[in-house]
Amino acid sequence: MLWEVEVVLENKKAARDPVGETIKRDLLAKKGYDKVLNVRSGQYLRMNIDANNEEIAKGMVEKMCNELRIYNPITQTLTILNVKQS
Amino acid sequence: MTIKIAVISFPASNCDLDAIHVLNNVMNVEATLVWHNHFKEKDYDGVVLPGGFSFGDYLRAGIIAAHSPAIDEARIMLKDGRPIIGICNGFQILTEAQFLPGALLRNESLKFVCKWVNLKVENNKTAFTNKMNVADVIDIPIAHGEGRYFTDNLKELGDNDQIVFRYSNEKGAVTGDSNPTGSMDNIAGVCNLEQNCLGLMPHPERASEPILSPKGTAHGKIIFDSMIEFIKRRSA
Repeated sequence: MLWEVEVVLENKKAARDPVGETIKRDLLAKKGYDKVLNVRSGQYLRMNIDANNEEIAKGMVEKMCNELRIYNPITQTLTILNVKQS
Repeated sequence: MTIKIAVISFPASNCDLDAIHVLNNVMNVEATLVWHNHFKEKDYDGVVLPGGFSFGDYLRAGIIAAHSPAIDEARIMLKDGRPIIGICNGFQILTEAQFLPGALLRNESLKFVCKWVNLKVENNKTAFTNKMNVADVIDIPIAHGEGRYFTDNLKELGDNDQIVFRYSNEKGAVTGDSNPTGSMDNIAGVCNLEQNCLGLMPHPERASEPILSPKGTAHGKIIFDSMIEFIKRRSA
C-alpha cells in the first residue's frame, strides 16, 4: 500500500525565526492584521512510502529523519502532520 | 618534512582554490585539491573543508556534504588528532557531521552579509590559534547567509574552552554592534574538546596576504601558520 506522510520541520522556540518574525512584523502588522500574535516558518516534506500499514510508514519516516539528520535536533523540531493512503 | 594538506572539493564548493593558493603559494606546503568521493585520509597531515554552497545548500547548509565519504575519512583524522579546519560552509558541514557542537542558522537580518570584521581570540591552545595570544584582535572577512551560531548548551561550550573566536570591535570589546549575524554570544568559531578541529565562519584564506586586506594585514595567515606549527609538533 502507498502512504503519503506529511512532515514539518521548524526551529525550536529557543532559536529565533527571523522569517516568521518578518512576515508578522513587516507584512501582516503593516497591513493591519493585528490579531496575528505569532508566525513561525518551517520546511514541509511530503513523502510517498510503500508500507504494509500506516504505523510502519510513520515509523520509517521517523527513523529516516533521525538517522540521516533530515532535521537538526539541536535547532529544530519534527512533526508528522498527517498520514493518509495515497 | 613535506607537509601534505588536502582541500576537499564538494559540488558547489567555491573557496577551494583560494585555500589551495594560500597553502601552496603563501604557506609553501603541499596542498592538493581532492574531490570529496576520492579523499583518502592516510595521505594527509591535515584537511581543509572550504567555503561555498556544497550541494546547493539543499535541505540545510552542510547537511548533504556531512554524509559524504570524505567525512568518514575525516572522522579518522579527527580521532587520531590531525588538524581539521572548516571555513564558512566547511564549518556548517562540521556541525552537521557532529565533529563540532551547535548549528549555524540563517542570519538574523535574513541578508547575506559580506564585510571585514574583527575577531577576538578566546582560546590560543588550539591547533589553529597556537601562534596567537588570548584577547588578540584579528581582521578577517565574512561572507555568508547562514552563520548565526546556535547551541543548546552555551555554558558547557564556555566551560570546556571551546569558544575560539568572538566577533568584537577593533579594541576587542565583544559588543552587540560588532555581531554581524545575531550569532549566539557573538560566537564566530568553535573547536572540539580535543582542540584539533576548528570551525569558523570568517575566511582566513581571504586574509592571508596584505594586498587583499583594506588595512594591509594578513591575520588569516596566522591560522594557517598555527596549523603548520601544530603538524610539525605532532611529528617531532
